[in-house]
Amino acid sequence: MNAGSDTHGHVTVDEVQLSAELAGAGRRAATAEVAEYALWLGDDALILAQQLAGWISRAPELEEDMALGNIALDLLGHARSLLHYAGTFDGRTEDDLAYFRDEPEFRCAWLFAQPNGDFAQTIARQLVASAYLFELYAALAGSADETLAAVAAKAVKEVEYHRDHAVQWTLRLAGGTDESRRRMIRATGDVWPYVDELFRDTPLIDALEGVAVRPSSLRAGFDAVIAAVFAEAELEVPAVPPSAAGGRHGRHFPQLAFLLAEMQVLARRHPGATW
Amino acid sequence: MVTAWEAAAAVCDPEVPVLTIEDLGVLRGVEVDGRHVTVTITPTYSGCPAVSAIRDDVVLALTRAGYADVDVRLTLSPAWTTDWMSEDGKRKLLAYGIAPPTGRRAVGPIPVQLAVRCPQCGSLDTREVSRFGSTSCKALYACRSCLEPFDHFKVH
Repeated sequence: MNAGSDTHGHVTVDEVQLSAELAGAGRRAATAEVAEYALWLGDDALILAQQLAGWISRAPELEEDMALGNIALDLLGHARSLLHYAGTFDGRTEDDLAYFRDEPEFRCAWLFAQPNGDFAQTIARQLVASAYLFELYAALAGSADETLAAVAAKAVKEVEYHRDHAVQWTLRLAGGTDESRRRMIRATGDVWPYVDELFRDTPLIDALEGVAVRPSSLRAGFDAVIAAVFAEAELEVPAVPPSAAGGRHGRHFPQLAFLLAEMQVLARRHPGATW
Repeated sequence: MVTAWEAAAAVCDPEVPVLTIEDLGVLRGVEVDGRHVTVTITPTYSGCPAVSAIRDDVVLALTRAGYADVDVRLTLSPAWTTDWMSEDGKRKLLAYGIAPPTGRRAVGPIPVQLAVRCPQCGSLDTREVSRFGSTSCKALYACRSCLEPFDHFKVH
């Protein structure tokens, strides 16, 4: 934009300006509590986007390369808005938050860092994630915080489409061959311990009444969707105890470190690089 | 001299170049205050990678039209919907070989999926090949009558 900023300058300046406007409707900086909450939601979206992008060129069929890639792109959009907003609290950019934090500083719930596994495991994780995110964003669209409300009102339409994708595949895999059914059942068992963490209330939520969505209030809607899908797929909710949970406090499985290493290596090896 | 709105409205979408950002409903507002122009745009989908290019193109178009001081703002609210696409835009899409959005976004609890008309032969006997296509805003269809595959701009 600026005259005289040639070669790399144009892109850099433009990206910074664009980034400064991503917060949506609101132009106010986030408070400490709102920033922490935006970080939770932004990290969930960012880590899931990074995971799904790992399927591109490796999915079972070309249409799924596109589907998972498109879903990842939507999630990345949510992550950018949320991390940008979180960063308005202390002057960090979305890139600072994505590339220059280590795993104890990430706030994603454990579900989102579960490995892609086989296609059934990815679909089981997608089913839980998108059913949860749909309930979350539908409720968050009514937040008293206008930036969170704007991000959520846009995201909910996209996540509804992601949920439909996961439901269709759950039905196909569960009702397909003996092998696809066996894998779908195993995959739900693998994912279910991490469902509980998504719906646990925390002191931060108490401090953000009317701004944040109370996670426990989303459980009934989530359960109803899952019950309907599982009834049609002839699946049962796995009888597994919930995992310990630490994502919101920065306690993570070792696999998150590998994921971050891959995601962050370029930005860290060449800080400030533009292209 | 063209008005600031006319200059901004003529900018085309980089991914569907037959549509202007006005046709798409991406252009939300143009305010002129003396020499300063503020253009407000909204992304189609949250992760839309074309936003950055659209932004540059709007600045370029207004600069060429004689407006030196241009500010492009991005807004997420209200969320973009295909209900904002102009009738002219839908005709252009069809002529380009992309089936335009069918009907309006469902507001009730029961979404009604309308048949998508083949942009090549006009048949309603078409099927969805993939719910996701080459860009976020499109799905891939095929026609059972003429057998041609085609893009459908999804109702959103």
